[in-house]
Amino acid sequence: MSTSTAYAAHTGVAAARATGLNKVYGEGETRVVALDDVSVAFGQGEFTAIMGPSGSGKSTLMHCMAGLDAVSSGSATIGDTELVGLKDKQLTRLRRDKIGFIFQAFNLLPTLTALENITLPMDIAGRKVDRAWLDRVVETVGLSGRLSHRPAQLSGGQQQRVACARALASKPEIIFADEPTGNLDSRSGAEILSFLRNSVRELGQTVVMVTHDPVAASYADRVVFLADGRIVDELHHPTADSVLDRMRRFDAKGRTS
Amino acid sequence: MYRTALRNVLAHKGRLLMTALAVLLGTAFVAGTLVFSDTMGRAMRNSYSTSFSDVSVLVSATGGDGGGPVDSDAPRGDRAVLTADTVKELAALPGTERARGVVSGFTAVADKKGDLIGKAWSSRGANFVPDASGADPRYPMAEGRGPRAAGEVALNRQAADKAGYHVGDTVRVAGNGAARDAVLTGVFTTDDPQVTSGGTLALMDTATAQQELLEPGRFSSVVLTAKPGTSEAQLLDQARAKAPAEGVELQTGQELKDEQTRMVADSVSGMKTMLLVFAGISLFVGIFIIVNTFTMLIAQRIKELALLRAVGAGRGQVTLSVLVEALAIGVVASVGGLLAGVGIGAGLQSLVHSFDEGMPTGSLVVAPVTVVGTLVVGVLVTVLSALLPAVRASRIPPVAAMSSGEQPTTQRGLVIRNSIGAVLAGAGLGLILAGANGTGSNAQHLLEFGAPLALIGVFVLLPLLSRPVIALVGPALAGVFGTPGKLARLNAVRNPRRTASTAAALTIGLTLVTALTVIGNSVTSAVTSMVGDTMKADYAVNMANGRQLSTDLTGLVAKADGVKAVSQVDNVWWDIEGVGKDRAIEGYDAAAFDQLIDLTMRSGSTAALGQDQVLVNQDFATKHQLSVGSTLRATAAEGAPVTLTVGGVFEATEGVSPIVAPNRLIEANDPHPLVQQILVKGVDGPTSALKQSIKDATGRNPVMEVRTMQDMVDDFSRIISTMLNLMYGLLGMAVVVAVLGVINTLAMSVFERKREIGMLRAIGLERRGIKRMIRLESVVISLFGAVIGVLLGCFLAWSALRILASELKGLTTVIPYGSVLLFLGLAALVGMVAALWPARRAARMDILSSIKTD
Ligand SMILES: Nc1ncnc2c1ncn2[C@@H]1O[C@H](COP(=O)(O)OP(=O)(O)OP(=O)(O)O)[C@@H](O)[C@H]1O
Ligand SMILES: [Mg+2]
Repeated sequence: MSTSTAYAAHTGVAAARATGLNKVYGEGETRVVALDDVSVAFGQGEFTAIMGPSGSGKSTLMHCMAGLDAVSSGSATIGDTELVGLKDKQLTRLRRDKIGFIFQAFNLLPTLTALENITLPMDIAGRKVDRAWLDRVVETVGLSGRLSHRPAQLSGGQQQRVACARALASKPEIIFADEPTGNLDSRSGAEILSFLRNSVRELGQTVVMVTHDPVAASYADRVVFLADGRIVDELHHPTADSVLDRMRRFDAKGRTS
Repeated sequence: MYRTALRNVLAHKGRLLMTALAVLLGTAFVAGTLVFSDTMGRAMRNSYSTSFSDVSVLVSATGGDGGGPVDSDAPRGDRAVLTADTVKELAALPGTERARGVVSGFTAVADKKGDLIGKAWSSRGANFVPDASGADPRYPMAEGRGPRAAGEVALNRQAADKAGYHVGDTVRVAGNGAARDAVLTGVFTTDDPQVTSGGTLALMDTATAQQELLEPGRFSSVVLTAKPGTSEAQLLDQARAKAPAEGVELQTGQELKDEQTRMVADSVSGMKTMLLVFAGISLFVGIFIIVNTFTMLIAQRIKELALLRAVGAGRGQVTLSVLVEALAIGVVASVGGLLAGVGIGAGLQSLVHSFDEGMPTGSLVVAPVTVVGTLVVGVLVTVLSALLPAVRASRIPPVAAMSSGEQPTTQRGLVIRNSIGAVLAGAGLGLILAGANGTGSNAQHLLEFGAPLALIGVFVLLPLLSRPVIALVGPALAGVFGTPGKLARLNAVRNPRRTASTAAALTIGLTLVTALTVIGNSVTSAVTSMVGDTMKADYAVNMANGRQLSTDLTGLVAKADGVKAVSQVDNVWWDIEGVGKDRAIEGYDAAAFDQLIDLTMRSGSTAALGQDQVLVNQDFATKHQLSVGSTLRATAAEGAPVTLTVGGVFEATEGVSPIVAPNRLIEANDPHPLVQQILVKGVDGPTSALKQSIKDATGRNPVMEVRTMQDMVDDFSRIISTMLNLMYGLLGMAVVVAVLGVINTLAMSVFERKREIGMLRAIGLERRGIKRMIRLESVVISLFGAVIGVLLGCFLAWSALRILASELKGLTTVIPYGSVLLFLGLAALVGMVAALWPARRAARMDILSSIKTD
């Protein structure tokens, strides 16, 4: 498997796609190229992990793909929608209707109950909640008894589960998760990860997850490796060991080159 | 430590701005008041001292018209103590350079339409005393010449200009007697402060003045100017020896000046006190903002402070560092306030001058006490307000540096707070209720004591109240505004303490505004219904200066065209057995009574007046166990015994005295009843033709007022609404401070909730939604404060009115729903306006950087 295959790697339909994506921060002396001609597609119903050293541009890529940040050049699409050139209002709508988010921390509004947090995107959109789907999501994340609790009354793992349920409940085309298990112990992390994997397997959800943890990456169907703002490698059907192995390899490569 | 504190002030410049502004506004109000009243006081004193420059000794007749504003009905002309001879004798004193016999008294001047120029209380007449050249140095003529004979008059410049009179015009003037025409021979200027401050002064020749204002040959005072070398005290001694032993008062020029100075000081200090009360309210409102700001700043810096503690800073040091921060703000803001206050003082002075050109002006007076007072007040208020947050800051345990996440609000503190609040509010409300059900000064004391207690109690309870009250609007907010509405409500009750102290500022303002409005409205409507219910007369005739009407006027009015029924209203205070003397008996014309007054009879009939019987009201009848046929024994003014037979009992009304008698009965026993009003019913109702014919019939006297009942009600409600407007204006400053408080709280909340807002934006809430959320939160908090304020205000007004009701029958609490709604609407608007900037900031926040914030 080589770098060039990253773009056309999967055979299914792409839920999100980046083509020749560039992201540059600052100017002159402080100029940082965070993304350097990145082309990548995230297949529908696929669980993709993005890995790479700190500062390699993982978060930047995710933010650009999710319409949270403007790209410097290139194209980013969600489904059939081109993000480049959309106005703030259209982007907001798009995020609301087609994208789910799970952040590393602080995903929930402290004033709302778990259930209210879960239905928040739909409430904002004024959309009706699909009861049956909601029940199924809630059951899958194992929150049934905790729906009326406020975030302060939930553990960190439970809070992340609420965040997952929120991302899933509105049936988005794609879920972006930035280090969702970064703040959790390994058991809670494992719960969240298997839950994400199940949502892909059983519910057909598309998930893109940024992580530093080879074990977390091993839950994914495919791992994309970033370094210095470029896609340098990818791995299908990863295991923790194979990911670790691959990481060591270009750590070494990075040192020798 | 102190350097840390000062660095904090600089670091939080933006967030401390509102606090500083609040302190600045409050202190500016204080400084402005002091500067303005000092400046006014000095200018007035200066203007008075120039007008006494030629007075060495003043010999004035007591018990008569001293030349001051006419307000008493004291009997005149008992003894003519100051005569032309007295003047001559005083002029002949060795120390007298000049002696001037002064005649002075109430004199009304009509404008071209026949209405009084200016106000009755500042309308005066005096004598013109020409010297050999025909001029009077006291009143230099700007145009024409002074009056020399009867039928001539001179007017002061402002009055002549106001009415559009020129030399040669015919002017209608009236002293105590009938009105008469006079030719305007001259227009003069004078530095007499009563005139320069907007009064009217009509000059006549001495004989005419004596006849019109006093009586022939009599003077109201004699002004002596000392010869060079004779002191005022020496002249006073000489004058005392020659002046009549009784009925006169002697004062030196210096004494007069001192007296005036004292009077000026009194009147200025009354105004000063009132303004300072309102400045105090603004500062008080500011306290809530300061407390809020420091509490929030400390909450945001909890880790930093805990870290300081962890590395070894003592509690005291933490407290002190917060206080130093407050001190720095207090000093900066107070200095700013002082400067702004001097500006306000200057502005007020020119404002007053532009309204009333006669007001004296002078250079600004910035007394040391103003400077020191303003700075001390500003700094103290700021530091004391920061004390509580500072102490709380010192309680932050060092371990807080390690813990993460936002601190949940402690309910423990609120339990104590709520208990204290409940006790205070309960005690206050209890006292007020007790007062409202009592009467007299005792009840008033209960109210005075209970009101502040209840207010403070409610303020202490505001955090507790915030949740249920705001919950009431929850469904509506979520229903109408969707998710932003729901989030706004939740955010508003998120930190009850903060919400409460933000809202409290508005609560204070609204409590006062509402209470004043309700009281004003209730009194107005009581007066309106009182007049409307009982008065059937079309016009009431009375003297603008409140004096007695001469009795022959009734006959003149009766003969006027278009008049159907007339009655003068007699007032006598006879000593009634078992009742005493303090109840006025009102006398009406028995034949005209039914056409002028509408009484609801419980028994008997008004026709009884025709048989020289009296009518009493129900309350009086019950109290003294009277019914138709009962009799009362009374002693009339001159000692004659009178038997009053009750011929009817009517429902009590404030418009009519408890005892009503026919004129004939009263006048048969008391030839000089007090008559202040004549009631008139017209053939065709209150037409302007009738008004004119009444005026014509009474000699077109400018002092005579011919008003419809509606005019009287309007005049009254105008006074009330002027007073209310003044209060609104003064409370405006407190509202501005309150707005700053709302802005402050919102801006800080937005800052604290950065991540939340970023997250909301990420999951799809539009900028508009964010703005709406912040604005609604602001409106909810403002309305919460306003609703509590309105309720408190209504309650206070109700209890005050209950106490007043014992003095004004028919006074009930009438809540002006329109105004109350307007206040609430304005409060909502205040919320909207206050949220403009914070909402904009929140909506503009960059999603990514707010999510990344930790
Ligand atoms: N707002 C910004 N302004 C300037 N440079 C930025 C900004 N955000 C990110 N960068 C730079 O862009 C590069 C990529 O950052 P990014 O946050 O995507 O890295 P990352 O792979 O997510 O790292 P980590 O694993 O530490 O989260 C870094 O060099 C970073 O310094
Ligand atoms: Mg990152």
